[in-house]
Amino acid sequence: MQIFEYNGSALVAMVGKNCFAIASDQKLGVQLQTIATDFQRISKIHDRLFLGLSGLATDAQTLYQRLVFRHKLYQLREERDMKPETFANLVSAILYEKRFGPYFCQPVIAGLGDEDKPFICTMDSIGAKELAKDFVVAGTASESLYGACESMFKENMEPEELFETVSQALLASVDGDCLSGWGGHVYVVTPTEVKERILKGRMD
Amino acid sequence: MGDSQYSFSLTTFSPSGKLVQIEHALTAVGSGQTSLGIKAANGVVIATEKKLPSILVDETSVQKIQCLTPNIGVVYSGMGPDFRVLVRKSRKQAEQYHRLYKEPIPVTQLVRETAAVMQEFTQSGGVRPFGVSLLVAGYDDNGPQLYQLDPSGSYFSWKASAMGKNVSNAKTFLEKRYTDDMELDDAVHTAILTLKEGFEGQISGKNIEIGIIGTDKKFWVLTPAEIDDYLAEVE
Repeated sequence: MQIFEYNGSALVAMVGKNCFAIASDQKLGVQLQTIATDFQRISKIHDRLFLGLSGLATDAQTLYQRLVFRHKLYQLREERDMKPETFANLVSAILYEKRFGPYFCQPVIAGLGDEDKPFICTMDSIGAKELAKDFVVAGTASESLYGACESMFKENMEPEELFETVSQALLASVDGDCLSGWGGHVYVVTPTEVKERILKGRMD
Repeated sequence: MGDSQYSFSLTTFSPSGKLVQIEHALTAVGSGQTSLGIKAANGVVIATEKKLPSILVDETSVQKIQCLTPNIGVVYSGMGPDFRVLVRKSRKQAEQYHRLYKEPIPVTQLVRETAAVMQEFTQSGGVRPFGVSLLVAGYDDNGPQLYQLDPSGSYFSWKASAMGKNVSNAKTFLEKRYTDDMELDDAVHTAILTLKEGFEGQISGKNIEIGIIGTDKKFWVLTPAEIDDYLAEVE
């Protein structure tokens, strides 16, 4: 039994023109059984920063709670929101704290930094950061997602086109992975608004 | 810190509600060499007297103004050794912040954490309060800032402030001379004039220290030659 494949997940984040999209599947499974079809893998840290957590669901939930806790204290002390790059470094430090007994999660961080520049990154379960200028993927469907994103990605896409691209890439990839699926959940974030959409794909 | 005989706080309340140890610490500060700071529109300057006990002391080995991060500097009045300990702790805290967030620590956060350390030493077993007041000068995303930290752990943001022996005269002088739209060069001149007010003997680049930080966000201590240039301008 592989621990990273216990619950199944698919996550992708993509950069557009002054915007970003972050999307996940909606299935929560326990090995071969489907438990939930509306599981939230992406959470908002603040209006311009989103965090997606793939991997073991219990660790994803606990890690999310710890990070929200740290961010709330930061907001109170410093009277400002955390920048995406700063948050990514915090996540990396927190994951490395558990170097010899890690959280079985792979986070995907997406946010708008200074001057509305989109920022995305992912890291492994012990905090090795991987910054990218185009897209990042995580989860059991990550290999399919790499292929789909690589072929569908274009630079400087507007929010609507970005949404289409991310959605197609996600749905195509989860179809090839038995552990993720049951639709998609996409957030497209611009400096002025956040658009949240549910996708209907193959429900299996 | 202490063994069982000293595991209580040595700083205890008097019936009048004062912490006498802190009052004594402030007295130690008040008998230390004068130091001051001025916040200008485009930077901050901090300065202090550097009176050495004998002409035989190598003045180049003594540096009273220290930098805590590349964009935050500090000066003190009071006990030099206590200052060194605080500088060491503050630098460590600034680096820990950077390790966690990969961002330079904001001035307010560093001041808060240093003040928390100073307060700890007024409420812990077997220790005494620090015998220094600090003037922290920094430039970050919120612009130029000047903070004073007292042995009690309280801190205040100042437009201009002074500490040490000549504090009341210096503060009166600063109150008269300070303007909100002062430029950094004017602030340095004003700082020198303020130090000159209470200075015993001949002021020169070798017996005062000046640290400045401007819009380039780099804190640096002026060399004696540079101080002499400013002194010549002031004459």
